[in-house]
Amino acid sequence: MVVTITGIVALYIFMLAAFTGYEIIAKVPVILHTPLMSGSNFVHGIVLVGAMVALGNADSTLEKVIGFIGVFMAAGNAAGGYVVTERMLEMFKSSGARKKPGTH
Amino acid sequence: MNATAANWLIQCSYLLTAFLFVMGLKRMSSPVTARSGIVWAGAGMLVATLFTFLEPGMDNYIWIITAIVVGTAVAWISGKRVAMTNMPQMIALYNGFGGGAAAAIAAVELYKGEHLSLVVSTLAVIGGIIGAVSFSGSLIAFGKLQGLIRKSFRFGGQQVFNLLLLAAALALGAMIASGYNVSANVVTGVFVLALVFGVMMTLPIGGADMPVVISLYNAFTGLAVAFEGFVMQNAAMIIAGTVVGSAGTLLTQLMARAMNRSLGNVLFSGFGDTGGAAATGEVAGSMKPIEASDVGVMMAFGQKVIVVPGYGMAVAQAQHKVWELCQLLIERGVQVRFAIHPVAGRMPGHMNVLLAEAGVPYDLIADLDEINAEFETADVALIIGANDVVNPVARNDKSSPIYGMPILNADKAKNVIVIKRGQGAGFSGIENALFYLDNTRMLYGDGQAAAAQLIQAVKAV
Repeated sequence: MVVTITGIVALYIFMLAAFTGYEIIAKVPVILHTPLMSGSNFVHGIVLVGAMVALGNADSTLEKVIGFIGVFMAAGNAAGGYVVTERMLEMFKSSGARKKPGTH
Repeated sequence: MNATAANWLIQCSYLLTAFLFVMGLKRMSSPVTARSGIVWAGAGMLVATLFTFLEPGMDNYIWIITAIVVGTAVAWISGKRVAMTNMPQMIALYNGFGGGAAAAIAAVELYKGEHLSLVVSTLAVIGGIIGAVSFSGSLIAFGKLQGLIRKSFRFGGQQVFNLLLLAAALALGAMIASGYNVSANVVTGVFVLALVFGVMMTLPIGGADMPVVISLYNAFTGLAVAFEGFVMQNAAMIIAGTVVGSAGTLLTQLMARAMNRSLGNVLFSGFGDTGGAAATGEVAGSMKPIEASDVGVMMAFGQKVIVVPGYGMAVAQAQHKVWELCQLLIERGVQVRFAIHPVAGRMPGHMNVLLAEAGVPYDLIADLDEINAEFETADVALIIGANDVVNPVARNDKSSPIYGMPILNADKAKNVIVIKRGQGAGFSGIENALFYLDNTRMLYGDGQAAAAQLIQAVKAV
C-alpha cells in the first residue's frame, strides 16, 4: 500500500467528512429531501470498490461466494440509486421549465 | 505497470471521486443544479470503479465483472420500471443492498481469519453488524411499503428480546475483535444475530414511520461503508460513507422532528405501554357522503380551495387529474393552493416530487407552517388520499398514538371534502376524527375517478 491510513488520519478524515455531510443537508429545502436521500443512497454505493477488492483477494469458496454476493449487491446499490435519483431529478427540471406558463 | 504506479493512480482516482461526490451532493441540494448533481456523482462512481480494476494482486476478475454486470442490469432495469409512487421502497431495497455489501466485505475479511489489528478487526465487526442490520431491516421496510408484510409483529418483552439479540451479537463480535476466538462459527454467529436483530427491530414499526426508518438505515449503511473503508484502507469509502452517515443522520432527525417525535419514540413506541389497539375506533357520529356535482358547485363558486394530497392520491395516480381540476378552478378565478405535510406520502418531499411530475408550479405548493393559518379562510379543503396528517386527534386526544404530531388544520376550513376509497382507517390504523365532523363530507371512490368526476362537475357549472 502506498498510502496507509493510520488511526489518527482516519479520524481526521472521518471528522471532516462528517461536517461536510451535515453542512450539505442542513440548507436543503424539504422538496429535495427525497431526491437527496436517494442521492446519498447512491453515493454509499461506493462500497462497490471495497467489495471488488474483497472478492479479488478471496481465496476459499466461501469467501468467493460471499464476495460475489457483495459485489452484486454493491453494483445494485450504485446502479439502482443512480437511476432512481436521476428519474426524480429529471422531473424537477421539467417542472421548473413549465413553471412560467403554468402560473396565470 | 508496476504496483506502485497502479496504487498511485488508484489513490488519485479516489481523490477525484471524493471531490465529485461532494460537489454532486452539493449541487443536488438546490433545485436549479440538482439534475447535474447526480451526473457529477455518477462520474465519480465510474472513475472509482474503473481504476479499482488496476488494484495489484487481485484475482477472480471473471466473477467480479459478472457480479457487476448482473447487479447493475437488475437494478438498472428495476429502477427504470418502478412507478414514482413506489420509489421509497426501491430506495429502501437499494440501500439494503449497500448495507449487505458492507457486511459481505466484513464477512470475507473476518472469515479469512488472518490476524488483524485490534482497531481494524473492531471496525470490521462493527461495520459488519451495522451493515447486516441495515440489510435485513431495509428488506423488511421494503416488504412493508410494498404491501408484502401487512401486520406489525409484536409480542411482550420484545424490546428486551431485541436488546439481548444485539448484546449477543456484540459479545461474539468482541470475541473476534479481541482475537479470543476467531473461528468461522463465531463469525457466522455474529452475522446471523445481526440479521435477525435487523428484522426484529423493524417488524414492529408501523408503516407510517417507515420513511424515518429508511432514512435511518441509509445513514447506517453510510457508517458501515465508512468502517469497512478503514478495513480496506480505502479513502473513497471512508469519505463517501461518512458524508452519507452524517447527512443521513441529520435527515432522519429532520423527518422525526416533522412528526414531533424523537427517533427513540419512532423506533421503540410500536410496542410497550401505548396500547395502540385500545385507542382506536372510538369516534362518535357518522360519515356523511356527498355527490361529485355538489362538490363541483361548492369549489367553482368558492374563493379559495386548499388541496391536501396524500399517499392515496399517489397510489391512484390522480395527481394529473387533480392538477387539471385545479387549473379549471384557477381559470374561474378561484385561489388554489396545495398543502403538503412534511411526511405526506412515504418520505419528506415525496409528494412534491409527484406534484412536480404532474406539472404543478412550486409557488402553489405550501408546507405546513405556511398554510396552516390559511385553512380558516378557505371555502373548501379537498383531502385526497391523506389521512393521518389531517387527523385532529393529534391535537386533542392524548391517548392517540399520533398525539402531538403537527397536522394540517384542514378541519378549520368551512367545508372539508374527503375523497376516499372506502371507510377504512389510515396507514397507521388510527380512526380519523376529521371524517366525522359536521363540516366534513365524504366523496367515496378511487382518487383518479373522483377527480375526473369533479372535473366534469366544475365544467358543467
